[in-house]
Amino acid sequence: MNRINQKLNNDKKLLSIYFTAGYPNIDDTVSIIQNLEQSGVDMIEIGLPFSDPLADGPTIQASSTAALKNGMTTEKLFDQLKDIRKSVSIPLIIMGYFNPVLQYGVEAFCKKCQEIGIDGLILPDLPADVYDEEYKAIFEKYGLINVFLITPQTSEERIRYIDSISNGFIYMVSSASTTGAQSGFGEAQTNYFDRVAKMNLTNPQIVGFGISNNDTFTQATTHTKGAIIGSAFIKYISENGINELNNFVNPILGKN
Amino acid sequence: MKNTYNINDKGYYGEFGGAFIPEMLYPNVEELRQNYLKVMAESSFQEEFNQLLKDYVGRPSPLYFAKRLSEKNNTKVYLKREDLNHTGAHKVNNTIGQILMAKRLGKNRIIAETGAGQHGVATATVCALMGMECIVYMGEIDIARQAPNVARMKMLGAEVRPALSGSRTLKDATNEAIRDWIGNPVNTHYIIGSAIGPHPYPDMVTRFQSVISEEIKWQLKEKEGKENPDYVVACIGGGSNAAGTYYHFLDDENVGIIAVEAAGKGIHSGESAATSALGKEGIIHGCKTLLMQTDDGQITEPYSISAGLDYPGVGPLHSHLYKSGRGEFYSATDDEAMQAGLELTKLEGIIPAIESSHALAVFKHKTFQPDDIVVISLSGRGDKDLQNYIDYFKL
Repeated sequence: MNRINQKLNNDKKLLSIYFTAGYPNIDDTVSIIQNLEQSGVDMIEIGLPFSDPLADGPTIQASSTAALKNGMTTEKLFDQLKDIRKSVSIPLIIMGYFNPVLQYGVEAFCKKCQEIGIDGLILPDLPADVYDEEYKAIFEKYGLINVFLITPQTSEERIRYIDSISNGFIYMVSSASTTGAQSGFGEAQTNYFDRVAKMNLTNPQIVGFGISNNDTFTQATTHTKGAIIGSAFIKYISENGINELNNFVNPILGKN
Repeated sequence: MKNTYNINDKGYYGEFGGAFIPEMLYPNVEELRQNYLKVMAESSFQEEFNQLLKDYVGRPSPLYFAKRLSEKNNTKVYLKREDLNHTGAHKVNNTIGQILMAKRLGKNRIIAETGAGQHGVATATVCALMGMECIVYMGEIDIARQAPNVARMKMLGAEVRPALSGSRTLKDATNEAIRDWIGNPVNTHYIIGSAIGPHPYPDMVTRFQSVISEEIKWQLKEKEGKENPDYVVACIGGGSNAAGTYYHFLDDENVGIIAVEAAGKGIHSGESAATSALGKEGIIHGCKTLLMQTDDGQITEPYSISAGLDYPGVGPLHSHLYKSGRGEFYSATDDEAMQAGLELTKLEGIIPAIESSHALAVFKHKTFQPDDIVVISLSGRGDKDLQNYIDYFKL
């Protein structure tokens, strides 16, 4: 069974962390993954940086620009990750935009992910219908879980469609925004979490965008399986470096 | 065999187009996709659109027989005078159409991206006309080098927001506008200025601009006794004036379609915007098309002396015309374009926009027959480029 599905079968609430590969330094990738696993997070999204990240706010965009300037490429990332499964067992997802994957070759990219031990992909600008028609068979051939986003504006019909073509979890974008745009959830968000929870979908939901502390983590996971933190983590390592990640993770999980 | 070169019902021109957008944009784009053809077909929409094009924009724009330019090049040259439109370029055809679309979809807030500021001015103009809130995203660097257009937009009541990310030019302004739309999915309409973006934008913009070729047909009939020229010529950045100029001739293979891109300092100089020559198939701003990128799929920064052609991609229609061989593609360097612009000024008393000067540079690349009828889209006037002309020719 895919490591993501194993983790989802756990009865605890999951904390997933996103970071941009190649930031703050080009060779930090493996250390960040190892340190995150040791600090007790459940899943990691490795950001493949892109020049024009439409769905991201200023924090992640700046980290992507810096990572590209540091020399990060698709080939470089795969090279850094080639022995990663010798040291960690945590589920690993590559998150990026579709164009770099398209240029690498979708099948070649998926094959490489399988060789390394990547468990899934999140490609926000690969639309569900195109995935379904053109790429689903390739992803499945290489044992990769593809994760789709939904937002408060996504219709019930479309959520059900996305659920039907998903085989891991659904990434619930907490509000109409890019990443890192807000702090705290209001009634509109909690109603939305609740509404989707009541749909009894096949795939569990994990909430992303706007989670930065224990309050927002707890709110987000009351009705869902887990939460993803990106911008707040990037900010943290910008200021505090990539060691001692317990200091970031423990407060979010409500541990001292 | 009809409609071979036009868009199909899934939003593709051949293999190009589609809507490669994050889910956050899906409802916005889907609302537009489901409604745009229906709205455009409404007679009240048609009436209002045509009335504004006539009384406000000043259409039809003349089809002018350029006698001296024709003699110089030993062929028959007509200029389609989009430069005489209100606001000075073809851009306003599209912004009029889209503001009417926005009103009918119940939107009260308009956003747009702009490079040189021409589309920003055309958008701010129609927002003033309709009393709508208007926010224009513009690269910080472009704001500095296009001060008169920034002033125009502000005078028209628009808020000009600097794009501070990336290279701080047109592509970053587009990213910022898209982010704004993600954050404001319900009340906001995004007026894209070129025949680019996720489906249905390329088709919608092309249809609004297609008035250009619609007029060429009847105007040429009056002047030459036949609707079809031998060639239609236009410059291409994203490609909205070209799309409008070609539209009614796309499936009539007797009419040659010629595109002139900006070669900047030379196609292989590293400072160019000649997308068809340098680009590869990929995804930019929500559409699959030819774009300039690294081997790794990172979008690269183009260069042209003309801010309006300074875009790393081309619209999906044009990628299809290029790939299928239906269109003949050339690229003109900065120098060739500037000389062509000066030549038109001296021969015909018309100072063209530097974008349009690229189309005029076609004569440096192709020799026409004496009895060929060549229609060139003069997409904009050169007032905005005066400083560039002054600096270049040391006037």
